Amino acid sequence: MTALLTDRGGRGSRPRGRPELYTSYSSDIALLNTPAKRAGVLAIVAAAFALPFAVSDQVLVLLGTGLAMSVGAIGLNIVTGYAGQVSLGHAFFVGLGAYTAAVLSGDPDGRLVGFGLPMVVWLPAAGLVAGAAGLLVAPLATRLRGLYLAIVTLGLVFLGEHVFREWDSVTGGPGVGRDAVQASLFGNSLTAGGAVLSGAQKVYLFALVVLIAAAVPARNLARSGVGRAFAAVRDRDIAAEVIGVSLTKAKLLAFTISSFYAGICGALLYTITRTVEPNSFNLLLSVRFIAMVLIGGAATISGSIMGAMFVTLLPRFTQQVPRFVPFIGQGVTGGGLLTNVELEAMLYGLLIIAFLIFEPRGLFGVWLRVRNYWKGWPFSY
Amino acid sequence: MSDAFAAALEKTSAEVDDARPVLEFSDVHLHFAGVRAISGISFEVGAKELFAIIGPNGAGKTSIFNVLSGVYRPQRGTVRFVGEDIVGRSPHQIAAMGMARTFQNIELFSNLTVIDNLMLGRHHHVRYGVLAALVFAGRAHSEEVAHRAVVEDIIDFLEIQQYRKFPVGLLPYGIQKRVELGRALAMEPKLLLLDEPVAGMNVEETEDMARFVLDIRDELAVPIIMVEHDMGVVMDLADRVMVVDFGSPITTGPPHDVQRDPDVIRAYLGQEHASAAPMGAPR
Repeated sequence: MTALLTDRGGRGSRPRGRPELYTSYSSDIALLNTPAKRAGVLAIVAAAFALPFAVSDQVLVLLGTGLAMSVGAIGLNIVTGYAGQVSLGHAFFVGLGAYTAAVLSGDPDGRLVGFGLPMVVWLPAAGLVAGAAGLLVAPLATRLRGLYLAIVTLGLVFLGEHVFREWDSVTGGPGVGRDAVQASLFGNSLTAGGAVLSGAQKVYLFALVVLIAAAVPARNLARSGVGRAFAAVRDRDIAAEVIGVSLTKAKLLAFTISSFYAGICGALLYTITRTVEPNSFNLLLSVRFIAMVLIGGAATISGSIMGAMFVTLLPRFTQQVPRFVPFIGQGVTGGGLLTNVELEAMLYGLLIIAFLIFEPRGLFGVWLRVRNYWKGWPFSY
Repeated sequence: MSDAFAAALEKTSAEVDDARPVLEFSDVHLHFAGVRAISGISFEVGAKELFAIIGPNGAGKTSIFNVLSGVYRPQRGTVRFVGEDIVGRSPHQIAAMGMARTFQNIELFSNLTVIDNLMLGRHHHVRYGVLAALVFAGRAHSEEVAHRAVVEDIIDFLEIQQYRKFPVGLLPYGIQKRVELGRALAMEPKLLLLDEPVAGMNVEETEDMARFVLDIRDELAVPIIMVEHDMGVVMDLADRVMVVDFGSPITTGPPHDVQRDPDVIRAYLGQEHASAAPMGAPR
């Protein structure tokens, strides 16, 4: 027994067949602290990298969009899921990131403002500009809480929408938008098709790498003292302060980091969808992000990714519905009782309600149930 | 009592000057509009002392705690903690100076595990910043492991090993009280405020808690201020007792003297009992 306890700092070896016996704190707090997690994550990442060679380009673009949205969903989950500050303004920060990337990477001689800078500049810059805006907005969160904060951040979306619509020289104006430029890394285009990889394959892989680079630090943050402080502020703010957590600092940090992620998400989306339309950063986008967090699972990183993929892929399935159900029409003008677009909007609402009532921990909670069932199998617990 | 926590606590208590009182609470007045919660209370708490505050409901005991931890700001008076005036400082600054507290109604982070709750007690000892947290390697990692070692010692001390990874919301009341005490200890306090540590507990749980409180004072040498309604516990444990009623001090002294004080008996039992049996004595 004492032999187990003396090895406190080192990696510690684990007896076979005892996945939850830790012989050092280091292996207990590790990111992937069981062999099953290590194998599972490895398999998922490997599958994600192999996917572009197995599915069509059209599906890849959709999946790539899902990966980009995952980065944004992780951002919203940091501020809403972990720190408990409801924000309806996420679309605004996504828009800021998209336009920062658009302006910095844009054609210097084109119709709109552009600087023609490479990806290594515009990608971090998109995050930093959005993060700085988040830092400016955060003081509101230190004054307000709950619904009041939600209303104020809602105002942010409308402000942003107006600015994006009117600032023609940057955004191209409503209905016109601006073109995406070639995102390139070391002279190789990340969006145009090449000899080895098609454009869609490159964009998908680019988004995948960025998502991994964003998700791992977010998970690290969550298990660190900073993430614990966020959870303390969410659960009981007065007790948090009495044990030494500065509410102001925690909220500022949560908003800044969340907005940084939103900015990166915007820049990525812009690379994938190829055009930016000023009207797209509206309340509906914010609501979609909230749906991702609630459906995926609040205060989980893997849940954010599951939720983002789910919400992004949902339209793909609702598009198929009119073929099988007679009274549902295709497209905005399609006949029938309701169209697939309306069906999709209704499904968001229904799913949010259903998850809140039946599985508040979201898809992550569903996964936990499945995992625990098989852990105990063939016994019920 | 094992190494990591003891070593950490020793370092903290070395910063405290034993000859001077840890806390000087002088002539504090606190009122909410017309309601006088505290009017002119003064007391001192010495190093390694277990000081108890008692009084009927609404006497202002918890208000004193809220002034101490910075939740309320008194209109008049000074509060000196380890030599510094703390009136007007924010709760998290006072916490960082080494004042730890438990609450009358448990204020734990119920979604988090016992370990995370105790790790949160270490919050102001966390030195690494956000960027280090994002990377979680090197300094941040080794610091987390070191904090975890301290937290595990406290878990051993309070005998809550089997609940380590449970969300505290699922634990029984008596255990939650213990976890809250653990969270306060994790702060390496120079002064520990216990607000009704045995309220609502059965005899066995009360005795466990009393043992922990004595161990904290005797083995860990942490001075304690305790608010408690269980007179048996107060009279058995406290070095000195202060009685308050309607926000004013009635008397301060050793338990034996306090329970014979006619003013105290009057405050608790009313005028006609002023000559009755001393408080806390078996009836």
